[in-house]
Amino acid sequence: MEDTLDKKYTFRDFASDQEVRWCPGCDDYVILRSMQKALPEMGVNKEDVVFISGIGCSSRFPYYIDSYGMHGIHGRAAAISSGVKLANPDLSVWMITGDGDSLAIGGNHFIHLLRRNLDINVVLFNNEIYGLTKGQFSPTSLIGQKTKSSPFGNTQPPFHPGELALGAQARFFARLGGNSPKEMTELFIQAQKFRGTSLIEILQNCVIFNDGCFTQYTDKKVKEDKQLFVEHGKPMIFGKERDKGLVLNGLKLEVVTIGENGVSEDDILVHDAKCEDNTLQQMLVKLEYPLVTGIIRSYEDELFEEREARLTEEVRKNSKFSSVDELFLSGETYEVK
Amino acid sequence: MTVNKMEPSAREVESLSAVVIRFVGDSGDGMQLTGTQFTDTSAMFGNDVATFPNYPAEIRAPQGSLYGVSGFQVHIGSIEISTPGDDLDLLVAMNPAGLKTNLHALKAGHTIIVDTDSFSKKNLQKAEYDSNPLEDGTLENYRVIEVAMTSLTREALKDLGLDNKSITRSKNMFALGMVYWMYDRDMNHTLRFFEQKFKYKPVLAEANAKVLKAGFYYAETLELIPNAYQILPSAMEKGTYRIVNGNTATAWGFLAAAEKAGLELFLGSYPITPATDILHELVKHKNFGVKAFQAEDEIAGVTSAIGASFAGDLAITTTSGPGLALKSEAIGLALMTELPLVIVNVQRGGPSTGLPTKTEQSDLLQAMYGRNGESPVIVIAASTPSDCFDYAYEAARLSLEHMTPVILLTDGYIANGSEPWKIKSVKDMADIKTRVINKRSDSWHPYDRDSQTLARNWAVPGTPGLEHRVGGLEKDQVTGNVSYVPENHEYMTHVRAEKVKRVQNNIPELESEYNKEGDLLIVGWGGTYGSLHSAVRKLASQGYKIGHAHFNYINPLPRNTEEVLGNFKKVIVCELNKGQLVSVLRSNFNDKDLLQYNKVMGLPFSVTDLVKKFKIILDQD
Repeated sequence: MEDTLDKKYTFRDFASDQEVRWCPGCDDYVILRSMQKALPEMGVNKEDVVFISGIGCSSRFPYYIDSYGMHGIHGRAAAISSGVKLANPDLSVWMITGDGDSLAIGGNHFIHLLRRNLDINVVLFNNEIYGLTKGQFSPTSLIGQKTKSSPFGNTQPPFHPGELALGAQARFFARLGGNSPKEMTELFIQAQKFRGTSLIEILQNCVIFNDGCFTQYTDKKVKEDKQLFVEHGKPMIFGKERDKGLVLNGLKLEVVTIGENGVSEDDILVHDAKCEDNTLQQMLVKLEYPLVTGIIRSYEDELFEEREARLTEEVRKNSKFSSVDELFLSGETYEVK
Repeated sequence: MTVNKMEPSAREVESLSAVVIRFVGDSGDGMQLTGTQFTDTSAMFGNDVATFPNYPAEIRAPQGSLYGVSGFQVHIGSIEISTPGDDLDLLVAMNPAGLKTNLHALKAGHTIIVDTDSFSKKNLQKAEYDSNPLEDGTLENYRVIEVAMTSLTREALKDLGLDNKSITRSKNMFALGMVYWMYDRDMNHTLRFFEQKFKYKPVLAEANAKVLKAGFYYAETLELIPNAYQILPSAMEKGTYRIVNGNTATAWGFLAAAEKAGLELFLGSYPITPATDILHELVKHKNFGVKAFQAEDEIAGVTSAIGASFAGDLAITTTSGPGLALKSEAIGLALMTELPLVIVNVQRGGPSTGLPTKTEQSDLLQAMYGRNGESPVIVIAASTPSDCFDYAYEAARLSLEHMTPVILLTDGYIANGSEPWKIKSVKDMADIKTRVINKRSDSWHPYDRDSQTLARNWAVPGTPGLEHRVGGLEKDQVTGNVSYVPENHEYMTHVRAEKVKRVQNNIPELESEYNKEGDLLIVGWGGTYGSLHSAVRKLASQGYKIGHAHFNYINPLPRNTEEVLGNFKKVIVCELNKGQLVSVLRSNFNDKDLLQYNKVMGLPFSVTDLVKKFKIILDQD
């Protein structure tokens, strides 16, 4: 697609004429703006961009992007996106979804999308709550969380989207706080470049029903101390003073302080996002301190649509038929005179 | 050993117009293959044929059990054959269980061929026989041909060095060989079939050929079997034919439609009996650009198809009753976004899991109304194995031309049944004018409509300047943007209904066969065509003023429906359900007085029963 690009876009080219109707202060605005900024940088023609969503606050997203789009039905965006991509692999397909949409009602499609590895980009808005239906616990809500449908506290253990995704063989998984527009724009561009299903989990604050659910990690004051933003090939160091890092102690990740107990920067684990074996990445996504953000996994593998195309080509080459009429007349036929 | 319990009255060669033969045995005995071979050979001989495979839901039910019996019925004739037939002229039973479960269908005085080797004490027990029916007089009203088929097969193959299992598995070919001789059939088609099938295992091809010939010559040398039947070729329309079953014909109808419309075909599907063979067929045809996607569930089957439709493919999904239930929300999305989509429902016995391998017509109301909101879709039905081709094509045409989902109903009976198909060419099929647009006009909106059909235009991703959003929320009638305006919702609801109603202008009128007016009109729809047609033919030839109107288009109904129904003193609606089309007709035509004939036994209508029922009504006046 990059070769044929003959236009230069600005973010305005991807803003539709529709009034954006999320609650004031919602992180969704940040995601939308980051996406509109990222799209012109992707080297993709506007008419080749397709946004597909399910149901939920996040899923209004396609209406606000001036490209092709479909606001689908609850949980099914993954399957609709797959159909779009299989029908026309040249399209840049973006799936917009939420924790209820993809981890509850659409869980089945979600894991199979990741398993198949079509070149689709998925943005999962995780706010650990059902927003559009006004505040019920979701599959990512914490145990004990009080919501409209759990007034005495939630009793269902949560999914960790990253853990679930890697279990379903996700080749690309990234996580980011909803208040990091700069990194987000860059992440969307990286996801587009990645060949395969890329899953980006945005920790998205719901100002109305679950306000502050990620503040302990995302608040500007604590962000650097609580988050480890990983980059492939770089040591996993974090903290305001850049003095904390991760080492492997037996089968566990451990936080150490550089300069203490003889620990030097050379002892810190170097992040390998491109490793086929995802064992260490599984450990990273589950870590609570620090919370790991950035591209945790980015392993390129053969695409489902490539395998399909190759087989189609082979079958076409070996086929005896150039039209369906020839098929109908092939094999056992007989004449009635 | 051959025993002839009843002397056949006539030993001279009979010239029959039609016979019904049923092969029954264990589900692993190869009865479906035996029946298929006999069917194909007969069709090539020039007979008209109709078949009815009847097999258990279990893949390998316990050997010898009553519920593990698999059968294949074939009706061949020198006259037009519309059904696989009711009562049998010949029953081939490979084991006691097969005999027990099928004997009731054999006409008195007619022939049974049994494999005596299978009538062991153990097998008799499994078939719940207290004594051996070959010895206790159970069969004295029939002509029984007892053949030690297993031993004879073993004898024929003793020099090939095959294992015991492979030897006993080919005994079905012994039976087939015998039947070929009895009905004067040529073995060449089946011999060629072995060569093809066992290309890489020539010893098996040789073994099967040997057994087939052994059966053939055994029948020939046995004086006790008179070569009593000759089924002459039937007077069929001239042309090139092949045998197709309904599922293959359905798949091919879509191939033809895609080629005609210049689109690629996308199938999103999930395995379900008895629809899966459509998926099996379409996955073979990647060379025609077919994208057959086996999805993770029924919902992904239909929603992936909706995605493909949005992206510009001819998109279909195939399923059976329970799967249609799962797809209903998504069908609503397709009709709200006004995208073309064909949903094929190969009906089976319901509700719930019901009778997966048996036939029924009980999903009509689900197809008509089984969605939330005001959600009309086009509903059409195929009526014979070969016209599944035409109605699959028609479903695609209507969906593409009217930009709305079409549900195509077939059923297990016609999907698995086969008959001769006079091969059609894509160039002779009706044109398909898609609504695809490539250029933006100044006033363009995604929901701009054709003034005649009300179908919206189809702007496909990848087309510059036509970027737009669709979705399940209500749309503004002009801009296509989300709208909650009360008057707009009412208007759009009306437009979606009117759009489907106007399909009436694009479909043929309803016809009444045999008589245009008279005493009794037989009304049916879908897969019961053959049975109803046979019954009406019989009565019409006896001088009754009876007609047959068969619906292939159910939503919308053909324009002249009320007129056709009004031309008869009485109308009876016959369905394999509790009365679904009849309720559609009553709600459309002021609770018109309509009689009903309904069966829900998982089986097709019996022509004998139909004739009896119609005669009673006709003789009342």
